[in-house]
Amino acid sequence: FAGLADVSISEDIPVEGEITVPVGSHSPDEDYSTLDEPVRDTIMRDLKAVGKKFVHVMYPKKSSALLRDWDLWGPLVLCVSLALMLQGGSADSKDDGGPQFAEVFVIIWFGAVVITLNSKLLGGTISFFQSLCVLGYCVLPLTVAMLVCRLVLLAGSGTVSFIIRLIVVMAMFAWSTLASTAFLADSQPPNRKALVVYPIFLFYFVISWMILTFTPQ
Amino acid sequence: QGGGSAVIDMENMDDTSGSSFEDMGEMHQRMKEEEEEEEGEAGAAEEEDGEFLGMKGLRGQLGRQVADQMWQVGKRQASRAFSLYANIDILRPYFDVEPVQVRARLLESMIPVKMINFPQKIAGELYGPLMLVFTLVAILLHGMKTSDTIIREGTLMGTAIGTCFGYWLGVSSFIYFLAYLCNAQITMVQMLSLLGYGLFGHCITLFVTYNIHFHSLFYIFWLGVGGLSTLRMVAVLVSRTVGHTQRLILCGTLAALHMLFLLYLHFAYHKVVEGILDTLEGPNMPPFQRVARDIPVVSNAVLNTTAKAMALTL
Repeated sequence: FAGLADVSISEDIPVEGEITVPVGSHSPDEDYSTLDEPVRDTIMRDLKAVGKKFVHVMYPKKSSALLRDWDLWGPLVLCVSLALMLQGGSADSKDDGGPQFAEVFVIIWFGAVVITLNSKLLGGTISFFQSLCVLGYCVLPLTVAMLVCRLVLLAGSGTVSFIIRLIVVMAMFAWSTLASTAFLADSQPPNRKALVVYPIFLFYFVISWMILTFTPQ
Repeated sequence: QGGGSAVIDMENMDDTSGSSFEDMGEMHQRMKEEEEEEEGEAGAAEEEDGEFLGMKGLRGQLGRQVADQMWQVGKRQASRAFSLYANIDILRPYFDVEPVQVRARLLESMIPVKMINFPQKIAGELYGPLMLVFTLVAILLHGMKTSDTIIREGTLMGTAIGTCFGYWLGVSSFIYFLAYLCNAQITMVQMLSLLGYGLFGHCITLFVTYNIHFHSLFYIFWLGVGGLSTLRMVAVLVSRTVGHTQRLILCGTLAALHMLFLLYLHFAYHKVVEGILDTLEGPNMPPFQRVARDIPVVSNAVLNTTAKAMALTL
């Protein structure tokens, strides 16, 4: 062990280096700088993001923009406008035959939560809010169908108008289901896609049913 | 992210505005960086203002340490609470199915087993039953809308969801309780699964008879399809129970409830109920509001007399 006695560092070799850690590029300051911009810029930025997602829903390709920057503004706007348009569909003024605002709201959000939990339990890799975002945005075709139905009902409410409404609602229902499947089914193991698609199908079916059976006063 | 846990991990959410945890986290980070910078500065300014700076430095550091500790304790408590309540991993094993399995089980639920001498296997799976309950809700809505059922004190969706889920959960619990009394070998999840798959017959029957309005057709489906799914459930339960009296109690109750539920669903939501509701309001209301429908004359007459008898008794 004679060689090990010499292991001590001799005192005339300075031990030097940097103790302070470089602080980096001050990224928290960059985030906080959005507080100083005019309100118009903030709103326009969010509106543009929402609009871009609407375009993605109408032409569903396998892009990940919808998933990456999720937001819930679009679903909220769509849900509120759909619920407002479905109001006032009662056959009698005394009692309420049509769905109430709260009913539509609760159905959409509760349904979306159930589908998300189901897809997570089946082994999906998508996160909770991403899934809510996709399901909410894919209500857009059905909202368009509701608008068209209201316009058709202004013209008259006979058999012809029912057939037109039926075709429009069915087409939009298929579009919604296909759009949300294109985004959500990829995150599942390949042999379980059918198990995830079926509740989505039921969910949009219920919403389409509410739209189709809407009769104005 | 991978196939790992399904904990709803709130800390990694993307929204940073307004969440106090994120703010505390950033404050914590900046406090650390400031501390390092100040250590460098305090060394340089020490000679000028030795005592005064020392006091200020000490109090500042103490305050920072207290805040730091409080933040860490709060963070630990919150993450523990989340992992306890938001952990849906406990339900994961019950959803571990393949589509082929679900299809096989759906078809099996209509075939009564013959061997009742040794216990039949019941798969403890919740995906199929849950989807069947939601399908039943959708079919009920369809039936209620086509029959113009107007429900006063509730909403259509609420009634449909309440009925279906109430039946599934309530009757399952009740039969599980009876099974406990009668010493049957069945667990709660298995009972939920068995009853859930038994609703497949109900779904088929209601789907067909809400669209084709013949009462005789409904009775045929009620006995045939409803009867088959009830027989299957009864056979499975019988195979798991010992003793004649116990078997009779358990299976009689389940059969009665299951068949009566189908009867109730057809008549309550397919035909108009508002006549009864109106009769409760006052004597001046007419007892029945007829809805024009393609029904053969025979069952029409039967319904008319039944309705009149009911209105008279109320």
